[in-house]
Amino acid sequence: MNVYLLSLLVFSPLLGIVMVALMPKKEERTIKQFGIFGTLPPLFLSFFLCSQYYSGVALSLFDIKLNWIRFGNLEMYDPKLFTVDFELGLDGLSLIFILLTTIISSLAALASIYIKKEWKGYYLLFLILETGMLGVFTAENLILFFIFFEMTLIPAFFLIGRWGFLEREKASYSFLIYNGIGSAVLLVAILILFARTGTTNIAALTQMMTMGGVSLFAPISGSMKYGLCLAFLVAFAIKLPVFPFHSWMVRVHAEAPPSIVMIHAGVLLKIGAYGIIRFGMGIFPEQYKSLAFTIVLFGVLSFLYGAFLALVQTDFKLVLAYSSISHMGIVMMGLGALNEAGIQGAIFQVISHGLIAALLFFLVGVLYERTGTTMLPKLGGLAKSMPIFSGFMLASGLASLGLPGMSGFISEFMVFLGLFKSQPLLAGIGVIGLVLTAVYVLRAVMLITFGKNDSLIETEKRDFRGWEFFPALVLLGLIITVGVYPNLLGGPLQGTIEAMMLALGGR
Amino acid sequence: MDWNTMLSYDWGAMMPEFIILGTAMFLSILDLFWPKHFNRRKLAWLALTGIILACLSLISLLSFETVSILSDTFRLDSFAKAFKLLLLFGAALIILLAEGYEPHEGLREHRGEFYYLFLTALLGAMVMSSSGDLITLFVGLELLSLSSYILVGIRKHDRKSNEASMKYVINGGISTAITLFGMSYLYGVTGSVNLGEMSRTMAAMTDGQLQYIMGLAFFMVFVGVSFKIAAAPFHMWAPDVYEGAPTPVTAFLSVISKMAGFVIILRIFLSLFLTASGDTFGALDFLEKNNIYIASLAGLTIIIGNVVALRQQNLKRLFAYSSIAHAGYLLVAVATLGGGYFLLDTVWFYLMAYVLMNIGVFAVIQLLSSQSGSEDISILAGLGRKSPYLAMAFTVFILALAGIPGTTGFIGKLNIFLGTFITEPGHFVLAGIMIAGTIVSYVYYFGLLVQVFFRPIHSEMVIKIRPGLYAVLIICVIGTILFGVAPNIAFDFIHDQFGEFTDFISSK
Repeated sequence: MNVYLLSLLVFSPLLGIVMVALMPKKEERTIKQFGIFGTLPPLFLSFFLCSQYYSGVALSLFDIKLNWIRFGNLEMYDPKLFTVDFELGLDGLSLIFILLTTIISSLAALASIYIKKEWKGYYLLFLILETGMLGVFTAENLILFFIFFEMTLIPAFFLIGRWGFLEREKASYSFLIYNGIGSAVLLVAILILFARTGTTNIAALTQMMTMGGVSLFAPISGSMKYGLCLAFLVAFAIKLPVFPFHSWMVRVHAEAPPSIVMIHAGVLLKIGAYGIIRFGMGIFPEQYKSLAFTIVLFGVLSFLYGAFLALVQTDFKLVLAYSSISHMGIVMMGLGALNEAGIQGAIFQVISHGLIAALLFFLVGVLYERTGTTMLPKLGGLAKSMPIFSGFMLASGLASLGLPGMSGFISEFMVFLGLFKSQPLLAGIGVIGLVLTAVYVLRAVMLITFGKNDSLIETEKRDFRGWEFFPALVLLGLIITVGVYPNLLGGPLQGTIEAMMLALGGR
Repeated sequence: MDWNTMLSYDWGAMMPEFIILGTAMFLSILDLFWPKHFNRRKLAWLALTGIILACLSLISLLSFETVSILSDTFRLDSFAKAFKLLLLFGAALIILLAEGYEPHEGLREHRGEFYYLFLTALLGAMVMSSSGDLITLFVGLELLSLSSYILVGIRKHDRKSNEASMKYVINGGISTAITLFGMSYLYGVTGSVNLGEMSRTMAAMTDGQLQYIMGLAFFMVFVGVSFKIAAAPFHMWAPDVYEGAPTPVTAFLSVISKMAGFVIILRIFLSLFLTASGDTFGALDFLEKNNIYIASLAGLTIIIGNVVALRQQNLKRLFAYSSIAHAGYLLVAVATLGGGYFLLDTVWFYLMAYVLMNIGVFAVIQLLSSQSGSEDISILAGLGRKSPYLAMAFTVFILALAGIPGTTGFIGKLNIFLGTFITEPGHFVLAGIMIAGTIVSYVYYFGLLVQVFFRPIHSEMVIKIRPGLYAVLIICVIGTILFGVAPNIAFDFIHDQFGEFTDFISSK
């Protein structure tokens, strides 16, 4: 049972897919119910895994490995050469990302109730997307990782292009092209590794690259290692996205339906951070170390760039989009700090931003549903007609700017703690961003909740309805829980981070 | 050669060819004596039966050792078996496609001819894959070419079809002449037309003068064959001919004819030039020295195919350029020789993937264009709402052509990449071009999907699918996904049945 639990988790959205697929097109209510229901099996399974972990069961018990593909016919040298197995596995880092995925997916499925057309196709793609995300975080080899990675790309393309706002097709195209380039770079790096070593297993590669191992064919030279490390970093920096590669993500944030942006900002962007940690840092620690300054530099650039641009946006969705870029800059800064505090902070920031962004975009969805706009000049004074909504808006804004007691504070604090130790100059420059963050968040939130009430929006708006409390409360609850008791995440991460520090030469 | 030696040959080895030949003759006689008002469409099922029988007889031959008959002009080695299997499989699918073809004018009165010309073309391709010497190879090539010239122009009263046929004949004639010229050089240098003997002579040849002539021969054969597979810069005929020909013939050209082109490339290049010495010391292999030319052509083909495809509004032209690009990807595998480990599996697998996805796409195009009478991209518009299952099938084929994981197209490309990276120094530039080409191809492939899913419905016409087309679509969808998710089925089949193609490479 244990062995199949992970495959069950990854493919459990299929149940929902089948149920939705069997429904006639017009059954809006049933399709939505089944769609939401379809996200529950992975949610429960991930909770089960989590409870197993906290009750002391080793996560490696759940690993699965099945023979899958064998390329070429090199049996005479070694039967394991050029094989790709179907292998899923779990460690603390994956576990946390899985939890993030299942929670946000369920909530986003709930928020998808606002979708106005073709519910069947929507939920089908949504559940495929979830399978892809779960696969990405559990894949134990690079080819499998890449397959799941692309599996998130195609549904997201259609979800953005079909159900988004006015300029949706342009956004979905730029999503496709940028991510296509990213995954092409990734694929090349993966295949060079595969061709030269004969394996794609992450653990085996990590060992080969760090300890030095046998190379059967042409060896991987030192400069090629740099190239590969750089390729991984660039591929995932596009996904994250970091400053020069960000333009697609702004469009997606602005044009995709809010429930999809919850997933996109909450989970999909995080694949970038996960990839950098797993592959960049994990497989090429030496090369990664020497690139650390550049990584921090780009982190600081994105942090400040995102914050400055968020300051001048008039569309609330764009404020949030640039704020996401800015927050992903913090992740890069933490990852480049090369010490325990920095890396831990970066992972915390990934989780925390996932939760906060999901909450904010859920609120955007609610806002758009009520007022039909997200333009700041048209909004204002909602605190009078929608006090509960405004309360949540304010709370999530405060979380986003890193108020102590919320998850954002912990992560920013740790990142800067780490960074001041290793790159004090860049850290000093980065701190300016913190001020800017406070300014743009408060400006946007205040304009919406207390700002001048324009006649364009009628004052009588309905406040939160029954089910709408649920996602908001869950997300806010998690944000505060992580903020108050960060060890909840720190525990599972401990093992992974220690292994990383060991490879990086420990500091 | 007396009667007894004739009888002593193991004619069983030619069984598949005999069956195809017999079917073609039977169909032509039937067509001659059948009353005019009988629907010639029924011949499709007879042709299909013939192909299936040939396939079965080939499968029964799979376990045989290499057979070489007619004084070594006809070989049934693992290479021949593997590629004949693919040819027959693709041909069966295309016959099913042709069964469902509903022309607006033309093909009806020539339907009979269509089926047996198709079979003779197939016969030509099969003979090519089994050929043990240049003459057999050339006879097969000509049989294939002549049949396909007529097939392209079979819609007698259609102007585009006539123009296409004319272009194809002229271009094809030139390419054949060049190939033949190159072959005559090879004969002159080695004094033999038998591939095995020639390769032995060429391996021992270290005279610089002769090597120069051999180089010329290589280029001419290569140029001639490049016409056949529509590799740039010899691709000009392809879009026009693809557009003018009836859709099943287009599918035939883009799949069977292209496959046959790769069969010649592999036959000649691997058996002659791979082991031929490349310099006066015999230290460098000929193909190793000259594969830069194949590589440049591959790169050029990928770039031109993908970039020009971006601007196409006609579906058949678009897929003509897309198939040019795919020929480029396959040439990459040939140029890098699969790193010495992957070549034949790679080409075989990619061609199989290509059969499945391309015939599937042409099935959808044929269906839609015969309903609407147009071949513009816009006929795809709103397909997702009008006929979700057809749209889903189309999406699978397009994703496979774009090389998205979970489909055969991805595994095929992955194999090619492995071949490019495995050597030191790897063929990074070529791989880079291929990756860039793939990204560019996303734009037009996904542009088609945008039409299918994002655009309003083009016409409210109800889509009727004939049983043959149904079968094609189902087989192609299942194959594309199955071999994409579990490619080991195909790989294990190759390795179990054909070994490492050792009898093909080493027996020379």
